[in-house]
Amino acid sequence: MRKLVVLLSFLLPSLVFAAGSNYPLDKAEYDLTDKASLQRGAQIFMNYCMGCHQAQYQRYQRTFEDIGVPLELGQENLQFTGEKVGDYMKGAMPKASAEKWFGTAVPDLTLVARVRGADWLYTYLRTFYVDDSRPFGVNNKVFPDVGMPHVLQELQGVPYDSHEERMIDGEMKEVYAGIKSDGSGTLSPEEYDKAVLDLVNFMVYLGEPSRLEAESIGRWVIVFILVFFVFAYLLKKEYWRDVH
Amino acid sequence: MSNAPVDNGRRRFLTIATSVVGGVGVVGAAVPFIASWNPSAKAKAAGADVEADISKLEPGQMLRVEWRSKPVWIVRRTPETLESLAAHEDQLRDPDSEQPQQPEFAKNRYRSLKEEYLVALGICTHLGCSPQHLKNGAFAEQVEGVPEGFFCPCHGSKFDMAGRVFQGVPAPLNLVVPPYYYIDDNTILIGSEEGAA
Amino acid sequence: MSNKLLDWIEYRIPMMRVAKMHAMEYPAPKNMNFWYVFGFLATIVLINQIVTGIWLTMSFEPSAERAFASVEYIMREVEYGYILRYMHSTGASAFFIVVYLHMFRGMIYGSYQKPRELLWVFGMFIYLALMAEAFMGYVLPWGQMSYWGAQVIVSLFGAIPVVGEDLVIWIQGDYVISGATLNRFFALHVIALPLVIVILVFLHIVALHEVGSNNPDGVEVKRKKGSLKEEEKTKWKMHEYYTNKYDIVDDVVPFFPHIVLKDLVAFTIFLLGFAYVLFFNPEMGGYFLEHPNFEHANPLKTPEHIFPVWYFTPFYAILKAVPDKLGGVIAMFAAIIMLVLLPWIDRGKVKSWRYRSGIHRYNLLVFAAVFVFLGYLGGTPQEPWKITASQICTFLYFGFFALLWLYSKNEKTKPLPERISK
Repeated sequence: MRKLVVLLSFLLPSLVFAAGSNYPLDKAEYDLTDKASLQRGAQIFMNYCMGCHQAQYQRYQRTFEDIGVPLELGQENLQFTGEKVGDYMKGAMPKASAEKWFGTAVPDLTLVARVRGADWLYTYLRTFYVDDSRPFGVNNKVFPDVGMPHVLQELQGVPYDSHEERMIDGEMKEVYAGIKSDGSGTLSPEEYDKAVLDLVNFMVYLGEPSRLEAESIGRWVIVFILVFFVFAYLLKKEYWRDVH
Repeated sequence: MSNAPVDNGRRRFLTIATSVVGGVGVVGAAVPFIASWNPSAKAKAAGADVEADISKLEPGQMLRVEWRSKPVWIVRRTPETLESLAAHEDQLRDPDSEQPQQPEFAKNRYRSLKEEYLVALGICTHLGCSPQHLKNGAFAEQVEGVPEGFFCPCHGSKFDMAGRVFQGVPAPLNLVVPPYYYIDDNTILIGSEEGAA
Repeated sequence: MSNKLLDWIEYRIPMMRVAKMHAMEYPAPKNMNFWYVFGFLATIVLINQIVTGIWLTMSFEPSAERAFASVEYIMREVEYGYILRYMHSTGASAFFIVVYLHMFRGMIYGSYQKPRELLWVFGMFIYLALMAEAFMGYVLPWGQMSYWGAQVIVSLFGAIPVVGEDLVIWIQGDYVISGATLNRFFALHVIALPLVIVILVFLHIVALHEVGSNNPDGVEVKRKKGSLKEEEKTKWKMHEYYTNKYDIVDDVVPFFPHIVLKDLVAFTIFLLGFAYVLFFNPEMGGYFLEHPNFEHANPLKTPEHIFPVWYFTPFYAILKAVPDKLGGVIAMFAAIIMLVLLPWIDRGKVKSWRYRSGIHRYNLLVFAAVFVFLGYLGGTPQEPWKITASQICTFLYFGFFALLWLYSKNEKTKPLPERISK
């Protein structure tokens, strides 16, 4: 029985991998209240994503204010395009040339976390791997035949599919062992995961900047409704005493 | 549903309490509806303070700056203009700027922080047209003996070079002086007073 | 002074009379249980939709270029704009939740039976108008689901023989769903349909107050004038409009304060759920706001899975169950028409399922389960087994009406009590 479980646990992932977009998603344990993480995420976003993508529904100013970056500091260090801090976050690359460059429309990233979900983004950004058949030399596990190059390669290093020998049923077999980096990146694998998590955190914020405010208002609203409920219920009971 | 007699005191208390709490709820629910009419975050950002570079401004010249989508004039007045301001004060409605049309610091004859530079909203206090700057004697056609001033083409209101309104015109008040301060000798920040930003 | 003013007004317009007649001294059966709060809740949600809708139009821009961006403008730039938007989007789903429960209440207690046939029909018209309203509203944010949902639904009209294709182009105002479609849907969504709905709700309430409220026992509380002894009549002061025409059994309470207070408690409980969704979970796992709709409409790229919003999915499943375009459309509309015709399909004389046969109760429960399951089938990705399942469920859906028609003629019912049971 145990043997079977072990066998399945090795077999299953490779089966799932084969299905491509059914790649199991890793949980992104992001935290919108962690401003330091949001700031690091914003830095990665501005440096690596905004080169080609836009976040055209959000203004720099709002972003800086929400993640706790003083406006002037933000403008100097995080804002590479647009003249004013009040401008929308439009990338350096005009839409038309981006389309020519990649052969496809480059999606706006303002709401991408609400379209794809945090877990998808977190997994997507960590599952690029070398594939020479693709125009940019990389492919992706959750987004097969992706049209985007691996822009974070500088951080992660060159990622490739790894296999290792394992003893299964008394035989040595080669099994899939996940994506490994060649170590040429500036970050260790753990640091890279953390950096991606920061980035995802920021993108979740970007998708719905009002999230935290909504929840803090919401808590008061719920408490208020409960108080009102007590009065309304007692009053109703009081009047229904007349009814026999 | 007991048969206990009706307790009117309890009824009254609960009715009032429920109404009061409910009333608070209604007021609370109205907040987002009312607040949503305020200028949006974007409009506020667009209406933020503006900086004006006055290093290139020659004496006698005017610089127009847009602030909250309204024209703001910055005029570098010549010594002669400044001198002449005292001469026609008997023809003005409000020569001492008694009406609150300016920040406290501009409540003087020159209606400005530094005598040399007039900063004023270029909008007539009558019905909101933007007056013209008439100089080199052109204004004397409007007011005898005053060579330079502002003349509103819409209804003929007249202002002197401190933005003070003349008598006998439709405009009731002096031109508005917005809050501003000098960041340095060459830069004016329009929109807030020093220290208040 | 104020009395004099009120008299002055009352002499010219009957405000107090109408308030007393319809909101205060209206006789309501005292045994109306929690199932009877959903009509009130639906009214509240309608008001919420109208008010938040008015506020949303203040910043929404109905054009293909600006619609999506202006929704995000409301979400990000307008002060508390996100609350207004979520109130409206949550309200849309809440509307259907309370309306479905309201309708099921009518079914289990026989509130559609004589003399409430028109009341039911007006209600069904409200439901139809509401579906049109919700569909057009969903197009306005101009996301991927807005676009492709509109594409699918409008294409249904293409199934109509001969004129179908031209009709689709006429509805779209273009060869595809476009800015022109968006604009006309906007006009219908914010003016035309709300007006229709408000008028229908008015008629629904007028009809209700004319025939009186049903109750879980299905025993009428209004009796023929002169048929009751004095001690059997209600001790509450009811409006003479009702007492002049009928004797009213001592099983009623006045609408105010008793029913109003009961509704208020229900409203508070409803509000808890509503506030939870609004502030903590506005997407409701992709059911209230679908994930692909956060992506701008793209006529060249269909999302991987398209479903209508959850409240349409039962009918969508019926549509897909029939392997023929026209047949599917006919089945879908027939499913709704069956509901409209319910008062005439049910030939029973006893209203409430409390006093009807076991087969009737069973039939109702199966119908409810089938409806929910059809909703599941229509709202999840297509799989081969689901086609068979939706065909079986479609059969069962129509089977409910067929069975009802058959057994209701000579149904074995329990004896009805003379008065509402305690």
